[in-house]
Amino acid sequence: MRKAVPGPTPETQPYWDAARRGELMLPRCVQTGRMFFYPQPYSPFALGGDVEWVKVSGRATLYSYVINHRPAPGFQDENPYVIAVAELSEGPRLMTNLVGIEPRPECLTLDMALVVTFDDRNGSVVPVFMPAEGLHQ
Amino acid sequence: MKPGTVAIVGAAETDDIGVLPDKSSLRLNIEAACNAFVDAGLTPADIDGVAGTGHWPTEVAHQMGIHPRWIDNTVVGGCSYFLHVRHAAAAILAGMATAVLITHGESGRSRTGEPPLEFPATGPRGQFEAPYGIAGFATQFTVPALRFMKEFGVSQEQLATVAVTQRLWAQQNPRAFRREPLTVDDVLASRMICYPFHQPECCVVTDAGGALVVTSAERARDLPGQPVYILGTGEASAHTVVSQMADFTTARVFRDSSAAAFAEAQVTHADIDHLMIYDAFAHVPLYGLQDLGFVSRGDAARFVEEGHTAPGGKLPMNTNGGGLSYTHTGMYGMFAIQESVRQVRGVAAAQVPGVQVSFVQGVGGMFSNAGTLILSNRQH
Repeated sequence: MRKAVPGPTPETQPYWDAARRGELMLPRCVQTGRMFFYPQPYSPFALGGDVEWVKVSGRATLYSYVINHRPAPGFQDENPYVIAVAELSEGPRLMTNLVGIEPRPECLTLDMALVVTFDDRNGSVVPVFMPAEGLHQ
Repeated sequence: MKPGTVAIVGAAETDDIGVLPDKSSLRLNIEAACNAFVDAGLTPADIDGVAGTGHWPTEVAHQMGIHPRWIDNTVVGGCSYFLHVRHAAAAILAGMATAVLITHGESGRSRTGEPPLEFPATGPRGQFEAPYGIAGFATQFTVPALRFMKEFGVSQEQLATVAVTQRLWAQQNPRAFRREPLTVDDVLASRMICYPFHQPECCVVTDAGGALVVTSAERARDLPGQPVYILGTGEASAHTVVSQMADFTTARVFRDSSAAAFAEAQVTHADIDHLMIYDAFAHVPLYGLQDLGFVSRGDAARFVEEGHTAPGGKLPMNTNGGGLSYTHTGMYGMFAIQESVRQVRGVAAAQVPGVQVSFVQGVGGMFSNAGTLILSNRQH
């Protein structure tokens, strides 16, 4: 079994295209300048408001997580694994996996610094995060 | 809605609950409906409104010979039935229906005649959560918990205490799915499902059904059973996928829905004799106790640890054993309502003495949606 892959729609395609280029891009409300997640056709902050795409820093902190011991299809080889919510330095949060770190509670401290990286899953590239500690920015 | 103008006059579960591979989801709906009709002293000919999730209410109506002039198939997760009751009350007061049948039946464990749970790859969950290996609700509903625990200093032992406390209630209930004695040490030594949640901190998975009949308080006076009056109701929605819950330390839908119900019922927390908070996982009642205002922010875990929600405590909670020990088909809300009805009627397995007002809080999705009912054996 393979891991689930996203099914992009016209409104979300730029997000997934960016991931394929190794970039994390977020939608931003043109009118208010506020970023948001997940991508949607109109701004949630202004009625019918236009949305533009912005490359973000990829820096984040660990907002919350679980360590799953009953793997979803395709995850059997990395059981258990971390399902996390990363809070981007720009504000919005997104679900992700953590890589480059042991999936043990003693290694995972809430609010620890993370940085985005990308994982190719059967040709579909998804953003994941790894610890920022030790990385020179 | 003026408090006490609409009542639940029929309430029943299926004959058996638990592991029922020989009964389809549809049959569980109808079996529960038959039992609720007996309880209400009514027949399908008396019903002109039907409610349930998705395709069920019209199928149940067809198979039971009901010709509804009012239909509600709201699906907002496990709290859907709270919304059905609320909407039915509004419809009855507006003259759109006189008596409404609300059914639930789900072969959640055996999956007999149960449509598959599927989420499209193009939806928010399919695109932005499924690729990260979510595997059922145990990997989604649980995600906010560690932030809540860090914020309020909740220990693993305190989380386990929620499951242990509800097991005390379940041990008084012959119909409960899990009844064996349980200690905090047992919980911490048990199988990890999704850290920080061990198996006893996750709901059971069962087959069962339940049904309600709702009509006006005026009509209820002519019926044989003991009416359970609806004093207040609420509903709310906030987000769809769990990662977009605005604040992992508080559920906005709990705050909004409960506040609406309290305001409508014109009662205060001190008036509540009995409490149900939908517990798909052990952290949900902790959010609920705080967000419904029964304890201050940060005090829920200690409140449970001190035994206040346990048998003999000052705020008996989840007295059927809850989703953690009693039953959980997938959409447990119907069973939380059933227990509130039993408690205010004085007929629960683990009956709390002198219950007049019960508060029952439902949740749908991952803190996504909520519904609230305040029920009583007195009209005001």
